[in-house]
Amino acid sequence: MKTDYLIIGAGPAGINAVEGIRYFDKRGKITVVTSESIGGYSKPMISYYLAGKAGKEDMFMRPREFYGKHKVQLLLNREVVSLSAPGKKAVLADASAVHFKKLLIASGGRPVVPPVEGVEKIRGGFFTFTTAADAEGLIRYAEKNKVKNAVVLGGGLIGLKCTEGLLGRGIKVSVVELADRVLSNTFDSRASSILERNLKNAGCQVYKKDTVKKAKTDSSGALEKICLKSGKIIPAKLLIAAVGVAPAIGFLKNSGVKTGRGVIVDEYLKTNADGIYAAGDAAECGDFLSGGNSVLAIWPAAARTGRIAGINMTSRRKIKYEGGFIMNSVEIAGVPTISFGLSAAAPPGSEVLEKYVPEKNEYRKIVLSENRIVGAIFVGNIERAGIFSGIIRDRLDVSGFKDKLLNDDFGLLILPEDYRKRKIKTPEISVFN
Amino acid sequence: MAKGKNYSQFLVGRDDGRCVKCQACVRVCSNEVHSYDGKTDSIRSDSSKCVGCHFCEEICPTEAISIERNKSQLRKNANWTQDAVYNIVRQAKSGGMLLTGMGSDKNFKNYFDRIVLNASQVTNPSMDPLREPMELKTFIGSKPERVAVDRPGKLMKQLEIATPIMFSAMSFGSISLNACKSLAKAAADFGTFWNTGEGGLHRDLERYSSNAIVQVASGRFGVNSEYLEKAAAVEIKIGQGAKPGIGGHLPGEKVSAEISRTRMIPEGTDAISPAPHHDIYSIEDLKQLVFALKEATLYKKPVGVKISAVNNVAPIASGIVRAGADFVVIDGIRGGTGAAPLVTRDNVGIPIELAVAVVDERLRQEGIRHKASVIAAGGFRSSADVIKAVALGADAVYIGTAALVSLGCHLCQKCYTGKCNWGIATQDEALTKRLNPETGARQAYNLLRAWSMEIKELLGGMGINAIESLRGNRDNLRGIDLDENELKILGIKHAGQ
Amino acid sequence: MKDKKRKKGRRIIIREDYCIGCRICEVYCITQHSQSKDIIKAYKFEEGLPESGIFFEQQGTVSFAIQCRHCEDAPCLYGCPTGALYRDKKTGRVLFDGRKCVGCWMCIMMCPYGVIKADIKNSKVASKCDLCIDGEFPACVEHCPNEAIILVDDRGVKIEKE
Repeated sequence: MKTDYLIIGAGPAGINAVEGIRYFDKRGKITVVTSESIGGYSKPMISYYLAGKAGKEDMFMRPREFYGKHKVQLLLNREVVSLSAPGKKAVLADASAVHFKKLLIASGGRPVVPPVEGVEKIRGGFFTFTTAADAEGLIRYAEKNKVKNAVVLGGGLIGLKCTEGLLGRGIKVSVVELADRVLSNTFDSRASSILERNLKNAGCQVYKKDTVKKAKTDSSGALEKICLKSGKIIPAKLLIAAVGVAPAIGFLKNSGVKTGRGVIVDEYLKTNADGIYAAGDAAECGDFLSGGNSVLAIWPAAARTGRIAGINMTSRRKIKYEGGFIMNSVEIAGVPTISFGLSAAAPPGSEVLEKYVPEKNEYRKIVLSENRIVGAIFVGNIERAGIFSGIIRDRLDVSGFKDKLLNDDFGLLILPEDYRKRKIKTPEISVFN
Repeated sequence: MAKGKNYSQFLVGRDDGRCVKCQACVRVCSNEVHSYDGKTDSIRSDSSKCVGCHFCEEICPTEAISIERNKSQLRKNANWTQDAVYNIVRQAKSGGMLLTGMGSDKNFKNYFDRIVLNASQVTNPSMDPLREPMELKTFIGSKPERVAVDRPGKLMKQLEIATPIMFSAMSFGSISLNACKSLAKAAADFGTFWNTGEGGLHRDLERYSSNAIVQVASGRFGVNSEYLEKAAAVEIKIGQGAKPGIGGHLPGEKVSAEISRTRMIPEGTDAISPAPHHDIYSIEDLKQLVFALKEATLYKKPVGVKISAVNNVAPIASGIVRAGADFVVIDGIRGGTGAAPLVTRDNVGIPIELAVAVVDERLRQEGIRHKASVIAAGGFRSSADVIKAVALGADAVYIGTAALVSLGCHLCQKCYTGKCNWGIATQDEALTKRLNPETGARQAYNLLRAWSMEIKELLGGMGINAIESLRGNRDNLRGIDLDENELKILGIKHAGQ
Repeated sequence: MKDKKRKKGRRIIIREDYCIGCRICEVYCITQHSQSKDIIKAYKFEEGLPESGIFFEQQGTVSFAIQCRHCEDAPCLYGCPTGALYRDKKTGRVLFDGRKCVGCWMCIMMCPYGVIKADIKNSKVASKCDLCIDGEFPACVEHCPNEAIILVDDRGVKIEKE
């Protein structure tokens, strides 16, 4: 099979790449392949699907006509198993080959499965939680087996969102986390404590500094109970492993494309191979705060890198990716939270500003380095938090109004007048929405 | 009674059927008349604080507010009016002089309202300004003795204005910078002049300096060589119609950083303009100052003198013209001010209609009318007032009150409090921003444009196509309900004659 | 001379130097998005008035109200996982479809102007300016008493209501 543009992955990076390509190239043939049975849906939506708050149709990030409108050939259930960069050829699981002129690797991430004793014996009840199929499987299993208790291994973002989904189905959840707090990548202990308290009120137990040692099944192989390292035994019919995600780039072995933790790209999102680009969770792109490259597995970065890579692939423009920094928005047990940048632990030499009002479930923290904001956490009150993303991105010197950063009425009027007026006057740079 | 309430002339009416409690009125009133009570979810209005500026009424999105006259009445008394009584009540409380703003509101006979204009009927046919050219162009300055052809003559510098209307002296300090910007831009765009008053020339107004007449007043604020160099003309201010015989006083707390810089006085100090110029005690002294300024400006700019219209205004004007002034400004009793004692404003001076008539007549009699332009000022309310003043002898008029009304002023007369809700007579940042100089300039320009069109219409009606032909042309006026003496002073006949 | 109505690329400019803090812009934004679109009927008789799409701020004597800038390269569009926020190709506006919103708050995280409001209780975005798509002219521009909010076309030329 031949195509002009081959896109591996139908997630946000892939979908935005389609839009990027079509902005300049209305005729070139675009083929999107995905190993899943549905394409173009939003992975953040699977927890809402699990909770029953969204239907299957609601998970899609673009309307149904998207592929037809943009003249895209979407091939489902097609996993890419190997690639030849010099040959410009991708080989699928059914041994068929796709010849391309340009390629975008947007294959996303694969869940990391931790070593748990007895896991290999489980015939039903063990899941990871990164795809719609996972959510569907969970729902079916939970309904069929009238599951009342579940254990979620990993108190990170995916683990907690899965927990929310399960709680939404009336299932009691025990979260097991290795660190001393949940969301340890992005939250400090104060922020986490607010969430942990609210999770408890919602019927969820949180076990910290602990992990799952052994999974016990019944005679049919169905999961029955979980043994933690601390010795605690939890009866549970569901075990969900959510300890992390790694770039899904196994198929790039011996392909000629250089990889590190993810696919290594330059500031134009191009790999070392001619005509081959990478974006999203699979790629190692520019890190705005550190200056180097890193895998930044968050939705907005995937969307943006996908869009820019798509445009650059047409060769009609050459746009630099300005680099991303970690940012997350997640509501747990009814408490909305937003975090940016270096928010969990303050780097050495940095200044930290905090406002902690636990009785209101509110916490605000700003991390400053050389008078510039490099990290922030908002728990409870997320109003206007986005202004901080702009301040971080513009590397604004905040020394003139540091004392007002935590104000309840923090807004644009606290920023310096000329900065604010410029920001409001200038239209954003057009990148083809 | 030891502590009676303050009497206010106004009653704030609120139509609860229309009020949606958006609280815009609460937010905008600088006198804190309106307040919102959360517990009862209602808005209350304290009429005793209302000054009748109507800002809340005009901003209310549902027209729910109506500012009306306080219906509280004293027993009818032709001599002891309500004002007379309550003025004493205020003084009994304060022990001080009563201050006021804007022009006198007393019921002096308004001669403009008793003068009518002629129109052509059969002979000297009337003209349609929309179809035939009408010349409103006016030159302010000293004119030569006679028109000399093929002989070298000296012509003093003239100010060319597109219409016989200019903006009167209102200093930055008495009004806001936004108000000054509005008037300066409107004047520059229309082709006429504005006047800095005794506030100096603010750097944001320098771009309009080629349309600026700068004042040299008794305090000499802001006067340096740059000031004179940038100006189009210089005006020595001896007096002002609203407060003849006294100086001016801007309290220290109003002398902000900007005002301090523009007036060149220390910040926070009172800006006192003394009653007389302390170097002018005779007409010879005035002549010296006139020529000192002419020397300083290399004889390239008209130098004029502004006086209040007082009892012997005609000989005073004559003396000023002989002292070398290129223009004389006569400011009548109805002229406005930012702050003046109430007694002075309402009792000192004479109306401009009479003053301009006698000054024009006197200068003609002495054969020196050509030596200086006569500019009339003091309460012109319409283009009809303007054209009548020209017919009585003025070369041009200054408008002050009318200009501020075009910017939003509603003549509440509380300018001296510095709390002008319209952003005009205040330096409070929160208030001055209410006068958007873009829209202000547009409105003031529209005023000039509208009045100029009306003047053309009236001229055309008289069969005249140049304002020059109406100047001092008393025969085009007739008086109504004026006695013989008044007609004689004005130099006009009675209607029917 | 052809005078095409330049609807695309219209932008609202706000000038804090002229904002007098009356907040009438909010009143009219709400009215324009109410059922009756009549200010008295809406405020006195309607249940469940929408939130204002324009955000008012005040610090001392400085105030202004800001609404969605309808950025050409809108960060919020990169954040929305459901497509509830989308670009209207014809007019270039960024619009919001409440039916698709699940309250993930990514848009609030992404918007550098902070002009999207969250309705935490109902897990949906409460409001976002839509440039008064139902009417001819943005209500805030039409009713600002001091022209602190004006509408300009894609050349930056001020547009008046006809």
